[in-house]
Amino acid sequence: MSSQAWMVWPDNFAVSFLVVAVLAMAFMYAARWPMHGLLRSVGHAVGGPLRMGARWLLAAAAEVQARNKAVLLAHGKHEVGQRVEREFERLGVIVQRELQGYPALQRKLLDEITRIEEDYKKCGEVPPPPPEWTEAVAAVANVKTGGNELVLRVLEEIKRSITSIHDKTLADYRRAYERRHKILESFMPFWRSVDKNLVQVEQNMARLQANVRTVDAHMAIYEQINEGTDKAQHALTVSGFTQFATSLLVMCVAAGGAFINFKLIALPMSEMVGAGDYITNSLRTSEVAALVIIFVEASMGLFLLEALRITHLFPRIANLNDRLRTRMLWIALTLLVILAGVEAALALMRDMLISDKQALLQSLSTVQAAAHDGWMSSIPTAGQMLLGFILPFALAFIAIPLESVIHSGRTVGGVFVLALLRSLAFVLRVLGSLARQMSRVLIKLYDVVIVVPLMAERMWKGSRSERPSKLDVDVDLERTHA
Amino acid sequence: MKRRQFLAVLPAAALAAAGCVDSRSHSHAVYMLVDTSGTYAQEAGKAQVIINYLLGSLQPGDSLAVARVQSRSFSEKDIVAKATFDSRPSQENAQKRAFRERIENSFRAVSGSRYTDITGGLIQGAEFLNETGAGSKTIIIFSDMQEELDKVTQRDFPISLKGVRVVAVNVVKLKTDNIDPRKYMGRLEAWQKRVETAGAREWRVINNLDRLDAILARG
Repeated sequence: MSSQAWMVWPDNFAVSFLVVAVLAMAFMYAARWPMHGLLRSVGHAVGGPLRMGARWLLAAAAEVQARNKAVLLAHGKHEVGQRVEREFERLGVIVQRELQGYPALQRKLLDEITRIEEDYKKCGEVPPPPPEWTEAVAAVANVKTGGNELVLRVLEEIKRSITSIHDKTLADYRRAYERRHKILESFMPFWRSVDKNLVQVEQNMARLQANVRTVDAHMAIYEQINEGTDKAQHALTVSGFTQFATSLLVMCVAAGGAFINFKLIALPMSEMVGAGDYITNSLRTSEVAALVIIFVEASMGLFLLEALRITHLFPRIANLNDRLRTRMLWIALTLLVILAGVEAALALMRDMLISDKQALLQSLSTVQAAAHDGWMSSIPTAGQMLLGFILPFALAFIAIPLESVIHSGRTVGGVFVLALLRSLAFVLRVLGSLARQMSRVLIKLYDVVIVVPLMAERMWKGSRSERPSKLDVDVDLERTHA
Repeated sequence: MKRRQFLAVLPAAALAAAGCVDSRSHSHAVYMLVDTSGTYAQEAGKAQVIINYLLGSLQPGDSLAVARVQSRSFSEKDIVAKATFDSRPSQENAQKRAFRERIENSFRAVSGSRYTDITGGLIQGAEFLNETGAGSKTIIIFSDMQEELDKVTQRDFPISLKGVRVVAVNVVKLKTDNIDPRKYMGRLEAWQKRVETAGAREWRVINNLDRLDAILARG
């Protein structure tokens, strides 16, 4: 069809355009109300389902949130409950260990105090007073001799006797004091013992008090979780995120270890399963076999930790009786040791293969190989063997972060699903509003296009009635906002 | 193997567990024709360098055959050494050592032959490569690409080199080529046309022996 087919007068564009515009305007004016209705219906038809979808997503988000909360609180309750239980166990051990010795300690303390009291009493004994004859001596001393020789001799004799008695008494007195000092000196070990025992008692009490405070703190958290408060939920969510990030980090480190392990055994595995088979275009069967070995090691580590009740990923293992569990533990440990031994051997083989290949390449090349020190070159070999033996055991511990990732992953995943649902609901709501607003804009645009007949209508109505012809517009606005 | 490949192993292991193993052959078979006719016999030392490179680069499960283009009509007896390397790396190294010794012994005293039956070598090489069942097949022609046949030998018939890469190495210029270089270009073009008509996957000329890695470009 020609682009000029619409022209009424093919030679005159302006007149043709004017005629077509007038005709179109007249047609559009005539079809105004049906077109308004159509545009409004389209807006509702598009916006309605979108709003409905947004409401459904919000309802689903609320349901997911409730479920997340229930799961989170249940998990938190279980965790804190276990922690409180463990604290009580620890408390019980302390009480049993420390307080069961208290009667003996008390008896010991009482004995020591009684002994100290007795010794103290002994210290309180005063030496016998000097004989009463000292007064008589004083009286004799006042006797006037008068130069009588007999009296003088008697007095001299008395003085000599008194001096000797004085010396003896003084010596006795000193001996008595010396004895008391010795008794006092013998107090010291008892005092020290009493002091030590009392310090021990104080420490025990302080430890007990600290443990009780920890239990109190855990109990407070437990109560909050039990009440299902937002604070507890928030704390548990944050804890879940932290746990998830930490575990993921540890797992990344473990993946690095697995990669090193893989490098150690991938080449020698080709001696066992051959190097010519491929799984994909660039992936050999020997490489997959090496990976399977690593997975088996990790699984053995998982079973070992499950049997030790360190992790609880398999309730069936945890519920086994002690005998079976111990058997399982030993089986897993034995297999792990065997696999570690195999890996050490493979690491040695890898080194031998690489050396052989290097020797071949050197013989093929024109440049001669440089001489190398014998014992120095054996260091990497020993290192590889050691790594090959240690890495399986190190990988065994991956079960702990794995369990943590699984448990905290539910919390993290739940939060992300919730955020996704809410975001989708928001987007659908925005799109629904946009569709309805677009229908209103199109209605207005329609009226703008036929503004000339509308003005003519308004003028005509104005001339017939004094009332303003605003009613149509208002009704229209009301309808579009419905 | 890089870390990315290690990560790619994880889903691949799952695929393997599900039984979706890639059954296509990933081995590489190489057939090397060494021209020892006329003055080109002096280039045999270079041929050994290329063979050594191949021995160092080929993987367990790959195949290698080396043949001399020296007789009037190329036949099985012109193959100097051939081997499919064991899938165990330790055995593979031993095989490569033995292969190298055999090549050294064969090329120790090379005398210039009178005829150059390159077409016959190509036919024989294609047969060998197809028999190996390798996923990637390459014929290396170490020659000046000047075919010299006697009057009774017929080689102007279509040959089949379907799925085979043909690499001409060390294509030196002859005296006549130096006089008129168009002869050299024309000779190479004629071979390219013939090889491509025979259904070869690729035709390549490598004169720089420092770029031998292009010989084993796997596609």
